[in-house]
Amino acid sequence: MTMDEFTARQLRDEIAAGRLKSVDVVQSLFARIDRVEPVVGAYLSLFKNEALAAAEEVDRKVARGGAVGLLAGVPVAIKDNMCTQVGATTCASKILANFHSPYDAHVVERLKAADAVIVGKTNMDEFAMGSSTENSGLKQTVNPWDAARVPGGSSGGSAAATAARLCYAALGSDTGGSIRQPAAFCGVVGLKPTYGRVSRYGLVAYGSSLDQIGPLTVDVADAALMLGVIAGHDPRDSTSVDERTAPVCDYLARLDEPPAGLRIAIVPEFNAAADIDTRNAIDEALEVYRRQGVELIEVSMPNFQYAVAVYYVIATAEASSNLARYDGVHYGHRSAEACDLVEVYSKSRAEGFGDEVKRRIMLGTFALSSGYYDAYYLRALKVRNLIRGDFMSAFEKADCIVMPVSPTTAFKIGEKTADPLQMYMADIYTIAANLSGVPGISIPCGFDTRGLPIGLQIMTPAFTEEKLLRIGRMFEKHTEWHKRKPEA
Amino acid sequence: MAEFDYKLVVGLEIHVHLAARTKMFCGCEMAYGEQANTRVCPVCIGMPGVLPVMNRTAYEYAVLTALALNCQVASFTKWDRKSYYYPDLPKNYQISQYDLPLGGPGYIEIPLESGRTKKVRITRAHLEEDAGKNIHTLGNFSAVDLNRAGAPLLEIVTEPDMNSPQEVGALARELQRIVRYLGVSEADMQKGHMRFEPNINLHITRDGQLHKTPISEVKNLNSFRAIERSVAFEAQRQLNDFRETGRTLKMGNKRTYGWDDVNQRTVLQREKEEAHDYRYFPEPDLVPVEMSADWLAEIRARLCELPLTMQSRFAVEYGLSDYDAGVLTADRATAELFDRAVKAGADAKRVCNLLTQTGLKIANEKGCTVGQLGVDAESLARLAAMADGGEISATAATAIFVEMIAAGGRPEDVAQRLNLIQKSDAGEIEAMVDEAIAANPEAVAEVTSGGKKSKKSLGFLMGQVMQKSKGQANPKVVADILNQKLGL
Ligand SMILES: [Zn+2]
Repeated sequence: MTMDEFTARQLRDEIAAGRLKSVDVVQSLFARIDRVEPVVGAYLSLFKNEALAAAEEVDRKVARGGAVGLLAGVPVAIKDNMCTQVGATTCASKILANFHSPYDAHVVERLKAADAVIVGKTNMDEFAMGSSTENSGLKQTVNPWDAARVPGGSSGGSAAATAARLCYAALGSDTGGSIRQPAAFCGVVGLKPTYGRVSRYGLVAYGSSLDQIGPLTVDVADAALMLGVIAGHDPRDSTSVDERTAPVCDYLARLDEPPAGLRIAIVPEFNAAADIDTRNAIDEALEVYRRQGVELIEVSMPNFQYAVAVYYVIATAEASSNLARYDGVHYGHRSAEACDLVEVYSKSRAEGFGDEVKRRIMLGTFALSSGYYDAYYLRALKVRNLIRGDFMSAFEKADCIVMPVSPTTAFKIGEKTADPLQMYMADIYTIAANLSGVPGISIPCGFDTRGLPIGLQIMTPAFTEEKLLRIGRMFEKHTEWHKRKPEA
Repeated sequence: MAEFDYKLVVGLEIHVHLAARTKMFCGCEMAYGEQANTRVCPVCIGMPGVLPVMNRTAYEYAVLTALALNCQVASFTKWDRKSYYYPDLPKNYQISQYDLPLGGPGYIEIPLESGRTKKVRITRAHLEEDAGKNIHTLGNFSAVDLNRAGAPLLEIVTEPDMNSPQEVGALARELQRIVRYLGVSEADMQKGHMRFEPNINLHITRDGQLHKTPISEVKNLNSFRAIERSVAFEAQRQLNDFRETGRTLKMGNKRTYGWDDVNQRTVLQREKEEAHDYRYFPEPDLVPVEMSADWLAEIRARLCELPLTMQSRFAVEYGLSDYDAGVLTADRATAELFDRAVKAGADAKRVCNLLTQTGLKIANEKGCTVGQLGVDAESLARLAAMADGGEISATAATAIFVEMIAAGGRPEDVAQRLNLIQKSDAGEIEAMVDEAIAANPEAVAEVTSGGKKSKKSLGFLMGQVMQKSKGQANPKVVADILNQKLGL
């Protein structure tokens, strides 16, 4: 087994046992990055020196025989919308291209405390707005399975880096599918935890009531490992759930134990809307469960069809407010052409933001404007509650809901950029989990005729990640899809 | 006014800085007059990725104030974002309360010059974060100081129930007294802890018809004098304007004025109230506040007797003049010092005199309140009792009080130390009286003859005795014995 064949969990055990040196792992990883990254373009910044220093520290700890963290010496990547004191935090936007955060995000603190080695910051759609990473204002990332295709988005850099083994695990953020969809496109596991499970402190906000940080990993066990590190209450995030209401558990402890009497809900018309290869892969995946004695139950989710529309009102409304602070006054890009205050605002923002960000800011501003608020924002909140209701009634009948992650596999670079609406529809299966707050996971479940990965999506009730991971593991244990790797 | 009758109509919008130790949504300690931008953190300067956390103490201060203003306290409130672009507002939105303020309708009772009181209705009271401060003294550039940004600010809105500049001033002063009594604000006008914005117009009756003049709002007044004068000035200006133009209130013709303190006049700032769309929507980063009955009871228990109630109690129960009662209730510590001394048995008028004359003079010199002079109620009560019982003279009581303030100590000890205890021993005094009678037969004859000079001569004999006692004989005892000896 070569170093890059290890999962994060295996690698950690090798390093903790002293059989592998983290420094060697990091050296070898950066050698691979030097080779592969110029093609993939997953990273916006790399911290080789800091990574080596952190690795040496872990190796010293191991040599001294001291206790080491759950991610001791494991190189991980972080989406560039999470604040790090090291390097820049750009959100792949020109407006923050030179922004250096004075503080570490909560998840970054957690990773460091677990002795992880931070490799670098990954590319993304600007401010996490997009489904292909084509909206990055700074760089193009390609799909490691086909360099002519997108890696998905917005966490495209994290997904591509994980798939191309340019890190052993990565963090992404998911507002409408931004972890699960790129995970599916790149053939890795992507977990969006329940809203409130992981602190958002230090995650640059896009849609505050939808954003959630989660891991992208090579298998379900690594997702469980990563979640255990980053989950838990943080007093700095008022929306992060307290430990009494929803305790964090050891997600690895019973991972291989299938939940007893499992019932899976499916919505037949949803599956039918996906392309033929995806449909077949989902059917086969369901067959894998059926063979393990799982009962499949058909449910209907009548309000699900409004999810995309609701999402583009709520997310853009929140975004229009969240992004108001990037105005050239206090930090970030300030236009050199500005002659007065209004020009500082208008020119800095016009120069700094890309088209999609501007589009969403305008949509959101409109939706919140007086006279339109009731018709758009308020109505969207009502429909959001109906969608929550759909989930609740489905979960009364079954333990989880299974459907595709995306109606298609990875599309070609440039294929959908001219038609934003078509791009928005790529998120049709993933958005509802964000609107209702429930956790969802994307697991590799096959390849289409062009050899592109397909993702299986599983969703469970809020704060039942442990069960979600066990259900995912049931599938993974009986399949080999997650073991396939793109050619270097 | 011969040509028509008119009534001045004024409502107030008031901002009160709450004296919580830290800011409304971050842990920065508040301070005034510090070097610019030294009381800031990533949260209050609106860095990417930060999240607000509600200051519970500030919320309780706001609720306490609402209770003192007889407001209905909401059992459920939420936070909203109010959007506008301004350099002193780092996020370009302010966290405020829009449709669910923590305080609903209430009223404040204000003292009138007639000695009566008046109820002014409170429309609402809500909490918000303050903005920073723009500094325009740097030539070509402006700077922003964010030390104040995020400070907890209580906004109180009254109904237009005030009908004279004096009433507006009285409300402002009464509110200052209340928030100081509650200990929720220093309410220092010079430091901008309280800012007032009166909305002013006239209701004019001419030929049996009611005409309302256009409303003027005067911004950011922070002295009682400016409040009263600006209201008086606006009333006169509007009256003149109506005479000349006949202009009356129409939708949207509210004008905004500033107060020019040098020229003692209002200055037009904005002709028409701009149709500002603040795009309010619920703050997704904060959870709603639920005020349980227990929590509310806990806060209600911290209410104290309010100044106006105390003032009228002092007048009625203790027989003080309105003026003295007002002086004693200017601040809570003084009022409570007085009240406790009287309840400990002291004569109200004597304590009142000590405090409002000697005490107030020293307090003014020291720049503190009477309550802060360091004399406790029990000592004060004993001092008064000594004077009442004749142990010391009224003059001596003042001297002892001054010494107690300067050096501390029990009144008995101070009296001893200063040798101010009066001699009331009848035998000792009788001897001195006998000596005086024996030494001054002419005066004795004058007194006993009951002639023109008898009163003067009696006084002379008194003086002789007092001289012999070096001023320490109790004058009352001396007079009694002298009268008795002379057969008067
Ligand atoms: Zn702060």
